[in-house]
Amino acid sequence: MYKAKVNITLRKSILDPKGKAANHALQNLGLTAVDDVRIGKFIEIDIDAESEEKAHEVAEASCKQLLANEVMEDYSITIEEYSPELK
Amino acid sequence: MSTKTIKEPEVTLDLAIEHGLNEEEFEKIKEFLGRTPTFTELGVYSVMWSEHCSYKNSILEIKKLPREGEQLLVDAGEENAGLVDIGDGLACAFKIESHNHPSAVEPYQGAATGVGGIHRDIFTMGARPVASLNSLRFGSMDNPRVRYLLDGVVRGISDYGNSFGVPVVGGEIYFDEAYEGNPLVNAMSVGIVKHGETASAIAEGIGNPVLIVGASTGRDGIHGATFASEEISEESEAKRPSVQVGDPFTEKLLLEASLEALKTGAIVGLQDMGAAGITSSSSEMTARGGEGMTLDLDKVPMREKGMSAYELLLSESQERMLIVAEKGREQEIIDVFEKWDLNAVVIGEVVEGDKLTYLKDGEVKAEIPADSLVLGGGAPQYEREATRPKYLDEVQNADLSAFNHPKDHNEILHKLLKSPNIASKRWVHEQYDTTVRTNTVNGPGASDSGVIRIKGSNRGLAVKTDCNGRYVYLNPRRGGQIAVAEAARNVVCSGAKPVAISNCLNFGNPYKPEVYWTFKEALGGMGDACRALSTPVTGGNVSLYNENPKGAIFPTPVIGMLGIVDDIENHVMTPGFKNKHDIVYYLGAKRRGLGGSEYLKAIHNATTGDAPELDLDFEVTLQNVLLEAIREGKVNAAHDISDGGIITTLSEMAIFSGVGANVSVKELNGSIYDVLYSEAQSGVVVTVPREEARALEHFLDSKDLPYEELGAVGGSRLIIDEFVDQSVVDLKESYESAIPKAMSQ
Amino acid sequence: MSKKIGVIIFPGSNCDHDAYHAMKSVMGAETEFLWHKESDLSGIDLLLIPGGFSYGDYLRSGAIARFSPIMNAVVDFAKKGGPVMGICNGFQILLEAGLLPGAMLHNEKLRFICKDVHVRVERSDSIFTSRLSKGDVLRLPVSHGEGNYFIDDAGLDSLKQNDQVLFRYTDAEGKITEDSNINGSVDSIAGIVNRQGNVLGMMPHPERAMEKTLGSEDGKVLFESLFSELQIA
Repeated sequence: MYKAKVNITLRKSILDPKGKAANHALQNLGLTAVDDVRIGKFIEIDIDAESEEKAHEVAEASCKQLLANEVMEDYSITIEEYSPELK
Repeated sequence: MSTKTIKEPEVTLDLAIEHGLNEEEFEKIKEFLGRTPTFTELGVYSVMWSEHCSYKNSILEIKKLPREGEQLLVDAGEENAGLVDIGDGLACAFKIESHNHPSAVEPYQGAATGVGGIHRDIFTMGARPVASLNSLRFGSMDNPRVRYLLDGVVRGISDYGNSFGVPVVGGEIYFDEAYEGNPLVNAMSVGIVKHGETASAIAEGIGNPVLIVGASTGRDGIHGATFASEEISEESEAKRPSVQVGDPFTEKLLLEASLEALKTGAIVGLQDMGAAGITSSSSEMTARGGEGMTLDLDKVPMREKGMSAYELLLSESQERMLIVAEKGREQEIIDVFEKWDLNAVVIGEVVEGDKLTYLKDGEVKAEIPADSLVLGGGAPQYEREATRPKYLDEVQNADLSAFNHPKDHNEILHKLLKSPNIASKRWVHEQYDTTVRTNTVNGPGASDSGVIRIKGSNRGLAVKTDCNGRYVYLNPRRGGQIAVAEAARNVVCSGAKPVAISNCLNFGNPYKPEVYWTFKEALGGMGDACRALSTPVTGGNVSLYNENPKGAIFPTPVIGMLGIVDDIENHVMTPGFKNKHDIVYYLGAKRRGLGGSEYLKAIHNATTGDAPELDLDFEVTLQNVLLEAIREGKVNAAHDISDGGIITTLSEMAIFSGVGANVSVKELNGSIYDVLYSEAQSGVVVTVPREEARALEHFLDSKDLPYEELGAVGGSRLIIDEFVDQSVVDLKESYESAIPKAMSQ
Repeated sequence: MSKKIGVIIFPGSNCDHDAYHAMKSVMGAETEFLWHKESDLSGIDLLLIPGGFSYGDYLRSGAIARFSPIMNAVVDFAKKGGPVMGICNGFQILLEAGLLPGAMLHNEKLRFICKDVHVRVERSDSIFTSRLSKGDVLRLPVSHGEGNYFIDDAGLDSLKQNDQVLFRYTDAEGKITEDSNINGSVDSIAGIVNRQGNVLGMMPHPERAMEKTLGSEDGKVLFESLFSELQIA
């Protein structure tokens, strides 16, 4: 089994009001070293595939078809092997 | 509470006490069972006999409220909500309920699940929810934690209610230090059902299958019901895991599926799973039917593995219901729920006898006489010790003339309009969907009460929640009377006849004699007013233990008033001024007494004096006369005088319309501070076109109702004698900006 | 044979009854509900995709609804020139389905907004606005949390070149101001049509502004335009 970890964020060019609000709040808390905040979605997908490449293909298709809207979002995928009994 | 690592513990008195039961109650359980309860049984009794489910410390007083009226279709407390005949073959199901404790620790989910729970109470009666209201109380807005709570509660209500698709049409929000740390979140739902299509929360007919429908069951909210019955302590913050998470999408599917399933005619009874989940729904339905029920808990769709009988019975996972079907017709119900992608699984049946039997892993985990668990059956009922609080003498005899009143009324007026208790709540209600279902005639903020039309009828409903906790604190009896009288007056000012109430009784710890005395008195006052105004109580909810480390909240019996508008095209009234030259009248009782006023609070930071004056007989006359005047088209605007006195009423009428007025209050006699700022009851301001003014006066004379002509509408300024001269634009700025400014800090 | 209007119901639609009432009771047209699992649109002359929170809008507004069985039929219907009107969540679904260009972001101020707003009519030669004049201002309710319309610069240029913007948020006088753009939409866009002009997506709710008792009748004129163009009784 593989676990795909998917990060979805708004494309760089798009205003991220949630990130902006969090950035503002962090500045107010005195964390002035914070330069920028982007808020997105984190998705875990358990995939039953024979290889890491296959798992990646499934994850890629999931993002393209449903999980991300490429008009406004970017996504990145990392694949890890995992044993379900450790869940 | 973590049970997954432990083997079932031995049941002892200590364990019972840990479950919130006392020794006497533990003995009573042993008597009912004829043996020591199992661990599962102890869990079941502890939630069913908790304050939240059993009303053990409140029911004896609640029973004294008037609960009869021609238009009531079910007895109070008999079903999930009250049911009132509204004519044209239709009935209205409505109820108000609290979700205070969950909201104090997790405002977003606490408020969201509160909204979900109250709507479920309505649609399990077969009624489609058409309107909702929220009655909220918080500490001072200067406190950042309060702003966090307000923001979370509003988002929770907004996200849940908007997705579910029921408009918010009214409500109220008060801020006072008394609610610091223990906010009140009361939600009301109003639904409509055709006569003969109502559903009942009953389990009957031996052999009939019992189904669980809706969401799967997880470990959420285990012991939520007992949690709701404890005072908030610093430890409650650590109790976060027991707060349930709402899923408005599933609830929406559950609504549609339930109403569709009811149309099959295959449903004998159904009940929402609120507090204490499977336990409360199965025991209450069974006790009503007078037969027994056996449930196999292994069949319950579970969200997590390895759940015990104890956990399955006590789980408060949201968006679930229990249904008793006609034997042989269960598939019709399952088909409907499957169409809506929801679980519907037969988990047991109605059996002979009077026992509830819960099986798990092939073993009997609990076997309990259903009646012994429920309110009206074996659940304990207590009359607590009551003592008149000492502070009452002090506040009621306070010398209010000792206050050094500021001279500048313009300045006072702006301060009042900026007080978050008076200021516009637009920031809040623009986050709620107020127009979905296309019935909203008067939404929040636009009128003294929310008004919706009823499709397919000329009628409408006017609904309002109300309670000034400060008044109840200063004079519990009169405060209780005022809560009802004012809610009714608001409904009348919108053009409706008040017909019935639901109530949400928010009080402190009933084991404190002073709290219990206050509770008794406030309910006595509510009863007085309900009898006088012929608005019986159809049901409601009690929330006790509303305390924080500093003491009890203001006693706050929130009234949810239902009124009927006979002619939705012609009778609906709004408070804004209408036309230049219209004449402004004051109708009602003498404006006197500053006790409990927003003026004292906002200007002098004082909560003292006696509650405002109220003569119930006069109130009834005023409401009857005003309603007749509205129905006959004799007035074109009406606005109740409440928080902030007549000066605030007049300002709001100007702010809502953008038009000013030039009035004199000198004929109202008395000290100018009393006249302008008193919150004495039974007063309204109305306007009438100049050419119809004499006709209104004749009418009022014929009814012997005292009135005074104050002046005329017009211009861009509000002028009150030599006391006030302000542009409406400036008044509006103060009124509209206060809450957005506070929330953007 | 009289013309028929279809109102699609997805799980989580909550303006379906409102749209039905507006068409059937207010406009007096033959109207039927279409369950999202249906795939046959024969006999339907106008499709309404109502507002709500299809599938809870948990992933993204409209993202899951576009995979409902009926959407294939909707795409075919639209490609053949059939008129489709997506309101609020319906607009979001049309975007996700690729029938209209762009995407929806959270409102700029991150709060749900429900109030009456003004929109300016940008074209009067569309089937949805034929009874209006360019520059007319309508007062319509909005009610959404994700109505912040986004499209990249190239897309916006293309929208403008093809005259696809039908409504913009303005003030009561029809002027675009800082405050009038309630949700931060690109170029104050409140509603667009596809290139062929038969598919409309808009965030404001015309179906909530059809009766005087409820405060505004400004939404009615859109349906009056459509009905006269389509010759619906």
